[in-house]
Amino acid sequence: MASTTHAQGHANDHAHHAHDDHHHGAPAGFMRWLTSTNHKDIGTLYLWFSFVMFIAGGIMALLIRAELFTPGLQVIEPELFNQLTTLHGLVMIFGAIMPAFVGFANWQIPMMIGAPDMAFARMNNLSFMLLLPAAVLLMSSFFVPGGAAAAGWTFYPPLSVQGGMGTDMMIFAVHIMGASSIMGSINIITTILNMRAPGMTLMKLPMFCWTWLITAFLLIASMPVLAGAVTMLLTDRHFGTSFFNAAGGGDPVMFQHIFWFFGHPEVYIIALPAFGVVSQVIPAFSRKPLFGYASMVYATASIAILSFIVWAHHMFTSGIPAAGQLFFMYATMLIAVPTGVKVFNWLATMWDGAISFETPMLFCLGFLFLFTMGGFTGLVLALTPVDIPLHDTYYVVAHFHYVMVAGALFSAFAGIYYWFPKWTGKMYSEKLGKIHFWWSLIGFNITFFPQHFLGMAGMPRRIPDYALQFTEWNAVSTVGAFMFGTAQIFFLFVILHGLKNGSQASAKPWDGAEGLEWTLPSPAPYHSFETPPTIK
Amino acid sequence: MSRLKLAPPVGLAGFAGLAGLVMMNSAHADWMLNFRKPVTDMAQMQYDLHVAIMWVITVIFIAVFGVMFYSLFKHTKASGRKPATFSDSHTVEIIWTVIPFFILLAMAFPATKAVLANKDTSNADMTIKVTGYQWKWGYDYIHDGFGFLSQLKTPITEIKNEQAKNPDYLLEVDNPMVVPAGKKVRLLITAADVIHAWYMPTFGVQQDATPGFINDAWFQVDKPGRYTGQCAKICGKEHAFMPIVVDVKSPEDYAKWVKEQKAKYAAKDGKEGKEPVVAAAATSASAAAFPVKLYFASGKTELPADAEKSLAAAVDALKADAKAKLDLSGYVDATGNADQNAELAKNRAKAVREALKKAGIAEDRLNMKKPEVITASADASKEARRVEINLSK
Amino acid sequence: MSSAHAPGTTPAYFIPEPSKWPLICALALGFMGFGAVGIMNELPVMTYSLYIGFAILLYLFFGWFGQVIGESEGKLYSKKVDTSFRWSMSWFIFSEVMFFAAFFGALGYARLHSVPELAGLDQKSLWPDFAGLWPSKGPYITEMFTPMGAWGIPAINTALLLASGVTLTIAHHGLIAGHRKQLTTWLLATVVLGAIFMACQIYEYSHAYSEMNLKLTSGIYGSTFFMLTGFHGFHVTVGAIMLTVMWFRSLKGHFDAKHHFAFEAAAWYWHFVDVVWLLLFVLVYIL
Ligand code: HEA
Ligand code: HEA
Ligand code: CUA
Ligand SMILES: [Cu+2]
Repeated sequence: MASTTHAQGHANDHAHHAHDDHHHGAPAGFMRWLTSTNHKDIGTLYLWFSFVMFIAGGIMALLIRAELFTPGLQVIEPELFNQLTTLHGLVMIFGAIMPAFVGFANWQIPMMIGAPDMAFARMNNLSFMLLLPAAVLLMSSFFVPGGAAAAGWTFYPPLSVQGGMGTDMMIFAVHIMGASSIMGSINIITTILNMRAPGMTLMKLPMFCWTWLITAFLLIASMPVLAGAVTMLLTDRHFGTSFFNAAGGGDPVMFQHIFWFFGHPEVYIIALPAFGVVSQVIPAFSRKPLFGYASMVYATASIAILSFIVWAHHMFTSGIPAAGQLFFMYATMLIAVPTGVKVFNWLATMWDGAISFETPMLFCLGFLFLFTMGGFTGLVLALTPVDIPLHDTYYVVAHFHYVMVAGALFSAFAGIYYWFPKWTGKMYSEKLGKIHFWWSLIGFNITFFPQHFLGMAGMPRRIPDYALQFTEWNAVSTVGAFMFGTAQIFFLFVILHGLKNGSQASAKPWDGAEGLEWTLPSPAPYHSFETPPTIK
Repeated sequence: MSRLKLAPPVGLAGFAGLAGLVMMNSAHADWMLNFRKPVTDMAQMQYDLHVAIMWVITVIFIAVFGVMFYSLFKHTKASGRKPATFSDSHTVEIIWTVIPFFILLAMAFPATKAVLANKDTSNADMTIKVTGYQWKWGYDYIHDGFGFLSQLKTPITEIKNEQAKNPDYLLEVDNPMVVPAGKKVRLLITAADVIHAWYMPTFGVQQDATPGFINDAWFQVDKPGRYTGQCAKICGKEHAFMPIVVDVKSPEDYAKWVKEQKAKYAAKDGKEGKEPVVAAAATSASAAAFPVKLYFASGKTELPADAEKSLAAAVDALKADAKAKLDLSGYVDATGNADQNAELAKNRAKAVREALKKAGIAEDRLNMKKPEVITASADASKEARRVEINLSK
Repeated sequence: MSSAHAPGTTPAYFIPEPSKWPLICALALGFMGFGAVGIMNELPVMTYSLYIGFAILLYLFFGWFGQVIGESEGKLYSKKVDTSFRWSMSWFIFSEVMFFAAFFGALGYARLHSVPELAGLDQKSLWPDFAGLWPSKGPYITEMFTPMGAWGIPAINTALLLASGVTLTIAHHGLIAGHRKQLTTWLLATVVLGAIFMACQIYEYSHAYSEMNLKLTSGIYGSTFFMLTGFHGFHVTVGAIMLTVMWFRSLKGHFDAKHHFAFEAAAWYWHFVDVVWLLLFVLVYIL
């Protein structure tokens, strides 16, 4: 496993002659980015793209929250509200979180396994480039007649069949993003399976690579199903088919089954790479090897497999029979077991270590605490009888922001701070990083904790206006959202400040860090390992 | 740990700002922290199950994070200790796999019981058919032969903040569903256009209303009173504005109410009363509901193929009420040549008028309206090809 | 990396130079996406966007694949790269399996659940006269149609595809044994069989529309029938194009007994399409 890997020398000499051969450098200027076949450049592109989308999705969230500050319609009309909710969900999931972790995969996987680059460097860039037309389709749909898709990010028919051309733009965007994800995943799987340095057996892979290997499998298995769903939606909309129309013998609920067959694995696609990052950072700042490596691998795999048989927990109120409700309830509850194993392993990693609290570690601790809360509310929702009064309320909104924002997003922040010195050669300001953490932590909880109360009191989601009994907590939530939002602008400042004013980082700025990437100088050379290191 | 000191100032600032803003905002403080009080056994069961699982996760949470915080305070680098090197222990790994499993197993029992109870719609005392429309509810009292629509009553001025909001803001309807106390009421739930969900939190009922399918649900409320809920499934722009209000009356009051309703519907000839409203996914207009919409092929003024059915609904309505008049309005979108568009819309409306005249409606009962321009709607290109028939006010 | 090795030798792992192709591909799909949206929403001008996108895509195929073929023939792909290709093609085919699974799932759901359910007791008050038998156009569509039988063209098509699998294997053996004539002849035969298959399919569709009144709009039967067979037909077309390219390359003397993964990838794909057809034949036509 990671703690026993040692690079055998080559890395450093390569770093030297990397600079005197011009072919090894990047083409100058803008073309460097547009035509890149370098995993680090492409990783950077992914990360910046993801940040831009995060801001876009965040602005939508703030508009939503602004409208919900008090009862009544004041900021936006209901049509636009629904469009914002829909696009907020889509943009955050497909535009912000997923690309962020693909960015990590690009940067880290070749460095962690001792490979020169990704297996298919050109296709790697294609995976990124395809995100651009998809993003343009999504964002420009606000400006077409009828506006953007407005049936929620889950776009259930028949409502999505009613939608205007914005819905078609969303459908094609999903197609294109699906192609991007599939190619990206094929690339990652191939890289991990075929490009490991000699001696890097699978059971020595860094945990982050393991989680991505399994995530890539989930993506390849679930993305095409989503593509199938949107294709049928498209033909129902324009070519008179009846897949989701009872009048022709179809069923709107069939869409839900197909969507969630994709949708549930999708949430683990978001969560697993986050787990991977946390599994790298916690050992580094506990100065102790990751506890229970093998069981971590098995737990990750079990989560992935189980994730294909729990989908109907999103459909407990759709009218599925009792037997279905029971099966999916049991299966869903079961996922708590392997996830619990992961949580306990992280705790055991910290136990008896020598812990320090740099920013990446703080974000991981925030992750651990809040993700577990989100997992617990997931478990509450998994109990069918409890889900019935909570389904499609703000309780669900609270649940998934705990697992996705405090879970996935926080771990992405942890990863960015952790590898920032490796990527840029500069140290960020520890003080500013910590301010970002506390500011985010508090803002996050003010935003989303009250939403549990709203949900329990019966406030449905996806509404622009609400009854008076929901007033107070909505106001609190909105205040928190703006607080959390400004914290993210501050994050941008921390990063830019680090790039500009950061001190020179050493090859291994974290004394507890393990892994091949830390054997390379900071910033990492343009090509990582031209001759593979040997792993003992 | 000294670095954690940054937290208080940031936190304090946040809370101070928060408190101030919220004070300004709230006229009527609720600060609800829990479910609303259950009024059915089913809701009570859900409530109890929630309490049970909350205890379980609270205990686990405290245990797990007790360990974590202990570690964070004791096992720090700042304390100058040397980290341990262990990285494996099969015993504890097995323990923390097996124990959660059994905890979950224990939770599964009461949950299973509640699932089965929830699905048991047998032996109902009465049945009401519930139909979701964009954006109102239809209630058909199948055995009593009448039905009605139930729509938001809150005035638009309150929604637009031009007038103070009344305490029932957004939770008030013109015709609430009425049921007798102490009786098991079975609901047959469906929809006419898109998916809605009939959600009554205090009853413990949430059931999607899926067009073309009937799902059932049930409840039994023992205490008379007025209860509220909302449509819970996103269903278009007025999803927030289709509340559910259920009046639970004592059996005597209920019987009186039924009698009144029957009389009312008998007087109205009551085509819509005798037959429950049929929800057909494929028709855009239902017999009970204005506006009737006719969608034309693009550029064409010929009546669409399904026009007959929709027109019949309009004709029926006119025949039922000798005083009623209809407004015909054509719609256009804002793209292309405005004059041509308007001409097209007018001709379409004319085609509809001719068809209605043919069906025996006097011309003076049909008002032609100015074409209306659509700028943004859920489906502009389709919606802009319609002629709408409304009852004149 | 790419230039670090001596000319004429194979690098340990080929890393391509910066490339414009991904950008161009994104451009093509962007144009096509907007074009398709426009056409479906009655904005005929957008047709041009689709054409432009398509033109760019064609240019891309020739340019990018040409470059890859050049690299392959230039012996830039080591054994390890070859292994990468094998992994990636396998996973790609797996993704296609899942794509088809969505449509097969829809068929299964309709036949086993939604159609019988719509005819069930619970739904009687909505659809009193619906019998719920397969093939079904659903309870509300009135236009009649004739379902597609299995033992006419579809059976012939099955034979064609099965035969093409055999001819392709013969071609492959020819390649391995160094019998170039065997390779090119039987490969051509495979492509021709594929083309006949497509011709039959097109005939079947036009027959369905003109004589049997079986259309996309014929309820769930028409929907699943055309979606599954159409999506499959699209894959046959793509596979046939791939094989045609392989045929031209064989004529040019590309590939040798050890080094011919492009050929194998196309063959894998073809066999996959074949297997999907067998499933289709059973589930769509026979049952
Ligand atoms: C990162 C994404 C992510 C993750 C990881 C999860 C994790 C889980 N989710 Fe969540 N979920 C979403 C994202 C995610 N979810 C989203 C986006 C939606 C809404 C979609 C929409 O409708 O828009 C949703 C909705 C959703 C629903 C449907 C709610 C509804 O619409 O009515 C349900 C119901 O079962 C559910 C359950 C769970 C469960 C049981 C887990 C489990 O995996 C959690 C397991 C973790 C733990 C339990 C904590 C740690 C464990 C221990 C410490 C061990 C000991 C514990 C015990 C024995 C109790 N989720
Ligand atoms: C990983 C994904 C992700 C992320 C990161 C977020 C982030 C946030 N989300 Fe959301 N959210 C979803 C995924 C995500 N969300 C999904 C899937 C849905 C369901 C959609 C559906 O129902 O279909 C949803 C729905 C959803 C709702 C329910 C909407 C409804 O039902 O109508 C709300 C409401 O509060 C909300 C809020 C927020 C907020 C405040 C943030 C914040 O964390 C955002 C913070 C970021 C910023 C704010 C941007 C940065 C700052 C600026 C742009 C500068 C300007 C700032 C100031 C002036 C202060 N989200
Ligand atoms: Cu009806 Cu939401
Ligand atoms: Cu799920």
